[in-house]
Amino acid sequence: MITKRIIPCLDVKDGRVVKGVNFAGLQDMADPVEMARYYNASGADELVFYDITASVEGRGLFTEILRRVASQIFIPLTVGGGIRTLEDFERVLKCGADKVSVNSGAIADPGIIPAAARKYGDQCVVLSADIKRVDGRFMLFAKGGRENTGIDALDWLEQGVKNGAGELVVNSIDTDGVKQGFDLELLDAVAARCPVPIIASGGAGRKEDFLELFRNHPGVDAGLAASIFHTKQVEIDPLKRYLRQNGIEMRL
Amino acid sequence: MIAIVDYGVGNLFSLSSSVQSLGAEVCVTGCAQDLRTASHILLPGVGAFADAMAKLEGTGLIPVLKEEAARKPLLGICLGMQLLFEKSYEYGEHTGLGLIPGSVCPLADDLRDPALKVPHIGWNALQIVPDRQADPLFRYVRSGEYVYYVHSYYAKDCAASTLAVSDYSIPVTGAVRSGLVYGTQFHPEKSGDTGLRLLKAFVEL
Repeated sequence: MITKRIIPCLDVKDGRVVKGVNFAGLQDMADPVEMARYYNASGADELVFYDITASVEGRGLFTEILRRVASQIFIPLTVGGGIRTLEDFERVLKCGADKVSVNSGAIADPGIIPAAARKYGDQCVVLSADIKRVDGRFMLFAKGGRENTGIDALDWLEQGVKNGAGELVVNSIDTDGVKQGFDLELLDAVAARCPVPIIASGGAGRKEDFLELFRNHPGVDAGLAASIFHTKQVEIDPLKRYLRQNGIEMRL
Repeated sequence: MIAIVDYGVGNLFSLSSSVQSLGAEVCVTGCAQDLRTASHILLPGVGAFADAMAKLEGTGLIPVLKEEAARKPLLGICLGMQLLFEKSYEYGEHTGLGLIPGSVCPLADDLRDPALKVPHIGWNALQIVPDRQADPLFRYVRSGEYVYYVHSYYAKDCAASTLAVSDYSIPVTGAVRSGLVYGTQFHPEKSGDTGLRLLKAFVEL
């Protein structure tokens, strides 16, 4: 049967990985290509690259890095950050991305989802959403989680799937950075309404958090994290062995 | 030289990079002469069957592909594998290349566990059919290794040519062979080290 997936996320700014980078034994501790190699060797099932640069130069550097990673690392690559138009899809797909993640771009123009799904297939379109509880309701946030859009997050994701999103990244603002576990209530609510693969993001601090996620929340397909992997607070190969020992199917 | 057929369907960057990483010479081409001089042919593909078949027809390469498939190893990948079959029932009924007997049908209609999601996306274990373990395609790969799938349709009624399957509440056709014509439903170019070893065995055929 299909395995659950463990996905490290690399935030890239001006050609460097930022956020909690604390690698030992690498020549360049924030070189995205070096880190991609490390994660590939340690058994990551997929890699996510977010381009968090604002400048045109930074964007050019990012696509160059993506090309270098994709020519050396042969596992699925998802790219997000600054994706607003079909031209943005084209730009990163040409450099070796397999899937493209849209977030703010889809809030600004929801038409990007069906347009990209028609052109590249549903499997290529990942809808990523930043979600926070407001008065007991799950609301969709924009601008990196700073602005409440006033849109109900569950309605938004359900509509996104109907429009052709083939996979969802569910980022919980409430649990992000707290390292007390994933937002299981939110993930179950999304899984009940969206029949596509769901990637949980935000809140993982220990290997037990992943076990709880996969053992008791079968609607979730993958767990994504950044700094706990970068700092080796949780290491991918031992994490996957632990999960398999506890009955979760893993690729080892 | 390994020819990768370019007929305007999908992204060939990873596939050509992965074959290059094995040290093989690669030519991404839409030209009949290149297919004739190549030692091996790779037929990739993503998207919808009818659209891909129409684009392949548009290149005029189909007669050459059929001729060369009798002479040298050909590997269809994902939708490229599905095109090798006689027909597909993806949005209607469409004729394929007919190089392998069988048809391509919706996974959703046949899954025994209705809770499973379609598309079938992710890593699944490759179970090599017991009397096919010695096939040269598996020279460097063992049964049980994981490969990466992304698809909503699958090949069926092709038991005689099935080399390997993956379990998704039903046995999903993973790899096929008829003569020199091979196909994989999974993406070897996205299946990490396992995928590279499978490609290595193919280019050594």
